[in-house]
Amino acid sequence: MSIRIALPKGRLLDETAALLHLAGWELTDYHREARSYHLKSRRFPALCLRVFHEKDIPIQVAVGNYDLGICGLDWVEELLAKYPTSALVKVQDLGYNMGSLYAAASKSARMTMEGLRTEKSVIRLASEYPYLAESFALGLRLRQFRIFPLWGAAEVYPPESADLTLVRAGTEAELSSYDLAPINKVLDFSAFLIANQTSWEKKDMGEVLDSLGDKMPARFPSPAKPAALGTPGEQPRAGTDEDAVWLALPDGHQQPPTLELLRKAGIHIDDYPSPTGNRRPRVNLPGTLVKTVRPQDMPLQVANGNFDLAITGRDWLLEHLYQFPSSPAAELADLKFGKVKIAAVISKELSMADVHSLAPLRIASEYVNIADKYARDNHLGPYRIIPTWGASEAFVPEDADLLIENAQTGRTIARHNLKITDVLFESTACLIGAKSGTYRPAKSRRIENIVNTLRAAVEDA
Amino acid sequence: MKVPRCKGSRDLSPGEMVKFRLIEKAFRDCCLKWGYGEVRTPTLEYLHLFTSTGTLTPSLLSKVYSFLDWDGWSGERVVLRPDGTIPVARLYIDSMEKEGLAKLFYVTNIFIFDETGKKSRERWQCGVELIGAGSPLADAELISLALEILHKLGLKDTKLRLSHAGLVRAMLAKLGLSHDEQTKVFDQVIDGDIQALAGLKPRNPELAKALSLLLDLRGKSSGFLKNLKALFQHNLPELETPIDNFINVAELLQALGQDYRIDIASGRGFEYYTGVNYHLLCGEQNVGAGGRYDDLVPLMGGEGIPASGFALYLDPLMDMVKPETFAEPAATRVQVRVEPGDTETAKRGFVLASRLREAGYIAELELGAQKQADFNWSLEVKGKAPHFILTNKVGQRRFEAGTAEEVLALLRKNVNKDSVA
Repeated sequence: MSIRIALPKGRLLDETAALLHLAGWELTDYHREARSYHLKSRRFPALCLRVFHEKDIPIQVAVGNYDLGICGLDWVEELLAKYPTSALVKVQDLGYNMGSLYAAASKSARMTMEGLRTEKSVIRLASEYPYLAESFALGLRLRQFRIFPLWGAAEVYPPESADLTLVRAGTEAELSSYDLAPINKVLDFSAFLIANQTSWEKKDMGEVLDSLGDKMPARFPSPAKPAALGTPGEQPRAGTDEDAVWLALPDGHQQPPTLELLRKAGIHIDDYPSPTGNRRPRVNLPGTLVKTVRPQDMPLQVANGNFDLAITGRDWLLEHLYQFPSSPAAELADLKFGKVKIAAVISKELSMADVHSLAPLRIASEYVNIADKYARDNHLGPYRIIPTWGASEAFVPEDADLLIENAQTGRTIARHNLKITDVLFESTACLIGAKSGTYRPAKSRRIENIVNTLRAAVEDA
Repeated sequence: MKVPRCKGSRDLSPGEMVKFRLIEKAFRDCCLKWGYGEVRTPTLEYLHLFTSTGTLTPSLLSKVYSFLDWDGWSGERVVLRPDGTIPVARLYIDSMEKEGLAKLFYVTNIFIFDETGKKSRERWQCGVELIGAGSPLADAELISLALEILHKLGLKDTKLRLSHAGLVRAMLAKLGLSHDEQTKVFDQVIDGDIQALAGLKPRNPELAKALSLLLDLRGKSSGFLKNLKALFQHNLPELETPIDNFINVAELLQALGQDYRIDIASGRGFEYYTGVNYHLLCGEQNVGAGGRYDDLVPLMGGEGIPASGFALYLDPLMDMVKPETFAEPAATRVQVRVEPGDTETAKRGFVLASRLREAGYIAELELGAQKQADFNWSLEVKGKAPHFILTNKVGQRRFEAGTAEEVLALLRKNVNKDSVA
């Protein structure tokens, strides 16, 4: 009987690889440079091993696609906060990658649990853990709150873009380095071995579990190791300038072309991309303050006025607008770089007719709302959307039938034995803002100035 | 492919809807006669309506159906109504506050997630809210109304269990617990975990005695409460006000001849209760609950106005009512069979069926799959004279008629004979 195991990429990869090496699994290709999400174990050739984004693993194990999985306890608790009846067994603490999840606010806010409890105005809570954030808010009996789910960079949101954040940190000192003060520790976590409940009860996985041994935490006594620390340096603040314009710039691989565009527009920016992880670079535009955040999070933030302008992809703007048609977020300028196709992707072995005949059809995507609209518009039969946090290619064919994916050249798709069957639209980077912002005249002029400068830079190019 | 219904949801068949409407009718008739007016609030409300008052326990709030709707970009969540009272209180503050007293009732569904999927996650209830009256008379009115409705439904073995949220709160306040602990224990009690109270070990022996008396004893008259009062008044004067209030309501119910049992431990209910609260049972089945909630309207930003209300649970009641015990006779059913192929005959059939309905009969055109046994009479409509042939199921009698009037006259003459037969 084959045992299916989901392994993490990202922050847990190195130590998980070390653990499995010690356990003698002799894995092919489980390292940072690996190009495949399908692994083999020389010691246990019958194992079916897949690599996923860590956040997808609890769901994949709970629904029974995988018997075992390794991921942070934080993501397990996040799933259980929303779906307490999930069929998950927390098998063993693996004792590495320890940290804590804190409810935190900006040091300057001097917020306390008691203060929050009696607060009558709306509390904005931004987090990568929206379900735990909601439980926290309900448990504390916050009178009015709004949860802003994030893809990342939660630590840079308070105080201007959120009042509270639920954020992970190795230590309180790390939290402090983000200029955040803990209000409450919500959870301690570390890497965990988890199992699907039915598999745990019925399947003999003894040999594999035995190889991992029962002294795992002892073998990995590494103390809580703070993740690579960003030294925030001197942090510009909005202060009392009500006319300050907040501009969000993308983190990740869109940084070089963004920097190039700013250079063409004659805008000078310091510490972007930042080698130390600083997310508040300085810019030589008067009255303009910058934060570096995830492009995925920008449309919602712009809609809520936490940022006035942002550089993101049209894909993420549409993803937002398909969910919230009445949102004020809108494209102000096409910046023309970062061109990708948003495409429907299936296994090379299948035709679209084969896919249509599947019921229910499993559609995996980072773009949940674009995927949902695609399925509705194309009258796809009974379908289920499986939200993913990246590395969607690993899902086909076993765990999904169709992907809605972005593709630059199509080479990654071909390498995973997949093919494009439909192109939904082309996406490029764009400048977004509020459709009908009601700003004070000075601020309005500043915004207009930035929009025009960037538009001109694109046209000149 | 067969499409299943959503887990935890329920369909109501025509037979079940007959019972549903019977209960609804008895409920509405009683409420209207007591001078209450019907309201209906939206199924969707903002989540913060239920969080802002701090009046639903976190455990209940973690089971609501909340989501971001098409307007949800601001993070403002909406929720499928998890409770009937709070939306009516919102409606009152919204548009009725000037009127002072409001006597309102509603038939509504509420949505609460149930993990097992065995209990329905959509529950129907008949609710009554009396906003603006704070006297024991108001409590007695609501309890009497609830019992009258159960009586009208022909239910035997109805029981009333009385508790007093104000008394429980006063006791918790005396135990020297922090505000958080008090809320936690009170939440456990109203979520049905009475052991939470029993588990508290007060250092003060008087308090320990009072607590165990309150929890362990069951009384059947206001005398029981007076005895408790006599015990407490020297050492625990704080309990006097809620006990006096409890005594007043109990005495009134006694005078009205309503049987009840005082059972503090039956306090399961809502956190917004502040005074007398109660459960209604049929046999061992809970069929309703209610209580006083004087702080809710002010907590929601309204004026400091007292209020109380109750709800009867339609789902268990539907399993208990027996439609045949209701006096109203079912209408006579006539099946109209039209000779196929001729438009004129079909038209004659439609017109006659319509005349029959106007005259109070249930008239159904024969469509091919109806059960003959369901009909008292069968009427054949033909192209040639005699146009109408009426046959009765019971006596196997057969009549011929040429006009609609003749058919109606024949039915009038013979229906009663049937019912005698």
